[in-house]
Amino acid sequence: MDTGKIEIASLSCAFGSRQVLHDITLTLAGRCVTAIIGPSGSGKSTLLRCLNRMTDLVPDARVSGKIILDGTDILRREQDVVQLRQKVGMVFQKPNPFPRSVYDNVAYGPRIRGLRRRRELDRVVEEALRGAALWEEVRDRLHAPALSLSGGQQQRLCIARCLAVRPQVLLMDEPCSALDPAATAKIEDLITGLRRELTVVLVTHNLQQAARVSDHTVFLLDGELVEAGETATIFTRARDPRTDAYVTGRFG
Amino acid sequence: MNRFHERAVNALLTVLFWLVIGTTAGLILFIAARGIKGMSWEFVSAMPRDRGLAGGVLPAIVGTLVLTSGTALVTVPLGVLAGVYLTEYARPGPAVRLVNLAIVNLAGVPSIVYGLFGLAVFVLSLRLGPSLAAASLTLGVMTLPVVVTATREALAAVPVAYREAAYALGASRRQVILTHVLPYAKSGIVGGSLLGLSRAMGETAPILVTGVAFWLPRLPTGPASRFMALPYHLYIIATQVPGMPPARIWATALTLLGLVMALNFAAAGLRRYGKGG
Repeated sequence: MDTGKIEIASLSCAFGSRQVLHDITLTLAGRCVTAIIGPSGSGKSTLLRCLNRMTDLVPDARVSGKIILDGTDILRREQDVVQLRQKVGMVFQKPNPFPRSVYDNVAYGPRIRGLRRRRELDRVVEEALRGAALWEEVRDRLHAPALSLSGGQQQRLCIARCLAVRPQVLLMDEPCSALDPAATAKIEDLITGLRRELTVVLVTHNLQQAARVSDHTVFLLDGELVEAGETATIFTRARDPRTDAYVTGRFG
Repeated sequence: MNRFHERAVNALLTVLFWLVIGTTAGLILFIAARGIKGMSWEFVSAMPRDRGLAGGVLPAIVGTLVLTSGTALVTVPLGVLAGVYLTEYARPGPAVRLVNLAIVNLAGVPSIVYGLFGLAVFVLSLRLGPSLAAASLTLGVMTLPVVVTATREALAAVPVAYREAAYALGASRRQVILTHVLPYAKSGIVGGSLLGLSRAMGETAPILVTGVAFWLPRLPTGPASRFMALPYHLYIIATQVPGMPPARIWATALTLLGLVMALNFAAAGLRRYGKGG
């Protein structure tokens, strides 16, 4: 039984000569929401992008260390990144639905894995849209262009698109930074609900958001792990004075 | 001072704008006004008679259309594949820089040089003889840089966010390109290729030595056949046939212009409305 637990050991990452992550060792609990916080440029997004090997797309990126998911090191050379990204989905900062219909967006993942049967696809699409709390809003316009949806709906569509391939882990890179408070609240509710089924790793600039939705919080500073622990502890009784200064808004 | 400056620049740009529009419109109206007199159904649908003094220009129209299609057949697959390879697969480095340099230079080679290249390689060495095939290959090579460049620009314009989204869903590079990047870039690629083809359609020099004929009052029969073409026909009747009525010359020019403009409009339409298809 996979637990969705991620063990990170001595993870370092550099782009060219710029070292972005320094020797990070950390365990992300399965079926939980872990928030990664830290000032801009502290390596939050890079850490996230190591977890599904999106760093492979950057020509001069060098990643070392280990990231163990389900007992295997996903950084090893033989790792099939296509399989990895099916297990580890990702939602980006700005909603980025494909310029196609709502249906085709959600069906994209299953289709590239060879699912063709219409009824099966219909079922997967509906399930994913329900999972992203979007079904009721779009059930009558599944074939409308995805770009005609509102920003918040587009972001939930992107979440549905990930859910359609049934990942164990969902990486979210500041998913609400382009959304208004009402749309943000919906996404946060959604994240809270998703925790039952999968591991959520959430990068956020918004400390209140981290406090509201996460079980665990990781604080990065200049590419180093300063502190990780239960969210309540990090926000009220941080061990490191830098963490305390950051979460109380004294810098960052 | 600043205000004056801004007004002056505005005025200059307005003048330039109308100069460009005026030149284009003037050219088209000039040719249309003179050509319309010689234009008739017979002119575009009949075989020429009496060295072009009577009858129509049908074989030249068909020749030009077939030649342009042949050119597309050569240049579009090669150019698109090269563009995809260079943008999506090749690792940046000296080799890619060299290829870029080659493409830029290919675009600058005079068309008569392409003609001589076609004569040497396709007509003589490959023994195709003067023919539609040899001329299509020659024009195809000439248009290659345009198609490659159009493809690369269209691919580079696909937003990174969409590529990332597809990769993050577990698409392989091939899948990202086939199901995603190419459909998105399609209109840009086709539009840019059509512009290149419309350029090729009006070329005279490269076909001069690779297969065009002035007098061949029948339709081309196959890739090995010689052919008539509008640009060359225009050149001959305008300079080499005594007593040619000017209206027939202008009507020929108008026919060629019409075909070229049809392609250009198709290209512009695709670029403008086809985004994200």
